Amino acid sequence: MDALRRVKFAAGFVLVTALIVGRPAGGQTLQQSRGIDLSGEWAPRFHEDQPERIPGPDIGDYLGLPINAAARLHADSWDASLLTLPEHQCKPHPADYSPRGPANLRLWKEIETATQQVIAWHTHISWQAPERTIYMDDRPHPPEYAAHTWQGFSTGKWEGDVLVVTTTHLKMGWIRRNGVPRSDRATLVERFIRHGDVLTLISWINDPIYLEEPFVRTTNWALDPRQNIAAYPCQAVVEVDRPQGIVPHHLPGTNTFLNEFPTKFNIPAEATRGGAETMYPEYILKLQAMRKPAAK
Amino acid sequence: MKKTATGLTRRLWLAFAALALCGVALNGQQRQGRGQGAGTPNPGRGGAPPNLDNVAVHVLPVQGSVYMLVGAGGNVTVQVGKEGVLLVDTSFAQMSDKIVAEVRKLSDKPIRYIVNTHAHPDHIGGNENISKVGSTIGGGNVGADAPTGATIIAHENVLNRMSAPTGTQAPFPVAAWPTDTYVSRQKEVYFNDEAVVIMHQPTAHTDGDSIVYFRRSDVISTGDVFVTTTFPIIDRQRGGSLAGIIKSLNLLLDLAIPRDKQEGGTYLIPGHGRLCDEADLLEYRDMVTIVRDRIDDLVKKGMTLDQVKAAKPTLDYEGRYGAASGPWTTEMFIEAVYNEMRGASAKK
Repeated sequence: MDALRRVKFAAGFVLVTALIVGRPAGGQTLQQSRGIDLSGEWAPRFHEDQPERIPGPDIGDYLGLPINAAARLHADSWDASLLTLPEHQCKPHPADYSPRGPANLRLWKEIETATQQVIAWHTHISWQAPERTIYMDDRPHPPEYAAHTWQGFSTGKWEGDVLVVTTTHLKMGWIRRNGVPRSDRATLVERFIRHGDVLTLISWINDPIYLEEPFVRTTNWALDPRQNIAAYPCQAVVEVDRPQGIVPHHLPGTNTFLNEFPTKFNIPAEATRGGAETMYPEYILKLQAMRKPAAK
Repeated sequence: MKKTATGLTRRLWLAFAALALCGVALNGQQRQGRGQGAGTPNPGRGGAPPNLDNVAVHVLPVQGSVYMLVGAGGNVTVQVGKEGVLLVDTSFAQMSDKIVAEVRKLSDKPIRYIVNTHAHPDHIGGNENISKVGSTIGGGNVGADAPTGATIIAHENVLNRMSAPTGTQAPFPVAAWPTDTYVSRQKEVYFNDEAVVIMHQPTAHTDGDSIVYFRRSDVISTGDVFVTTTFPIIDRQRGGSLAGIIKSLNLLLDLAIPRDKQEGGTYLIPGHGRLCDEADLLEYRDMVTIVRDRIDDLVKKGMTLDQVKAAKPTLDYEGRYGAASGPWTTEMFIEAVYNEMRGASAKK
């Protein structure tokens, strides 16, 4: 080995060693682990899915949802009167739905003083004021026998400037406010992406109980430094005097409200029933075939 | 269906044994697909106890002075304090050493009380072994030397199920029997600076069910009137009924008070499955009630059992609670509810 090659080899060795030694135990380099600063007050933008998110979805509107037959029956049986029961009134939206509602968002980071590492991100959302902690310290998720919560148990890591969050231990929830369920076996994977003053959240729900395929959607916010989120107290009350144990629901085949949505929008009823195929552009061809008048 | 020597049908015994193995499946594993039963190891058609040698017991702090032990068998609730240890249920006999070992990590005080929520072997199997290592404080008219072992509290129907009339073979040894039974609506114990209310739940999972309410810790140990792993197992041969289970679930809803945002507050340790709060209980109560209403409606329309099964009244909950095979299938649950609804319909 000549002198020049020795110098090159030594320099390479030092560089590789420095990269290995300089890597924190957590698995990501210090530079990677910083990511981009997501902190701030974020005001929701409703240009996506506005009819579903603000006025609310129609009963029986499952368009574009990759739901299975079990989810369909569950949603068909759902009666909005369920929400008059005191025990149902103060439920917050779960972590996967919360960003979809009136979702003024606050994001802030928790920094360990000694190392100045971000050890957690926190979120607060306006409606019902749910708060989440996203752990950044590589801790494992709890065992299955631990309690499930509305916001679940979240861990995060940076992929470049994208914060990728994995959430388990969710309570049974919903993916649309018309009774379409999401089970407590679901896993939520989210990607927080900041472009200047715009924040985009891509959420990906895997639910082995109610979904045929993962359900993906995006939600956006704009930075709003003057935003002040109000408190959101909730006190359950008896709205309807009923005998104990009554659970409002529609028996199979009796929910006449299911007809309203296809009638109002002149959509074939079959198309409103959801399923994975209704997510894809090819379904338009099938929809057109459904619209053809029956041959005489 | 054949009956065993204990009078319980083989299917139901297998069901309890399979429920026992829920803990195995729950040990850090996310179950996928169709409910608990499909993935549950078969405990053996011969009725032999499952091999639990490799099953660990895990401790989950709940709140206050209450802990939840998860392994094989029903969940075990532990309350510890300066006066000693109180256990709710004792799992299978094979798990006793492991349970005692975990209890010893929480407290070196004597085990004073065992409360049995009902008489099934996955909940009372460890009575004899664990009561032996405990002790009751004796004295007064009974005499200081009279009591040995921890006091075993249960509703009298539990004793009736575990014992037998003189001259006949009892299904469980005398040392496993409750030593302190109650016949009233509830029994009260004040232990470790905490009111502990043991409340009878008539004709629910069985006829001898108790729920145990730790008032200061704000934790309720529910026994098998509430589980998160299956549709309710209704031991009709031992006095159980869906109506009783629903009544018990509604009582639990009354007792449980959530903190802000419908989360936490009162915690519930189910007979099997994960730690819960009121919102989880609410989902289960709603499910059971909705399924009851659907089957009742089909019965009132004059449908046969086969027609009711074909109508799939449990479809939306089968992925979560159902089983296509195993000792407590969805069809068996439907059949139990159907028979109860038919009986209720005939009485009207």
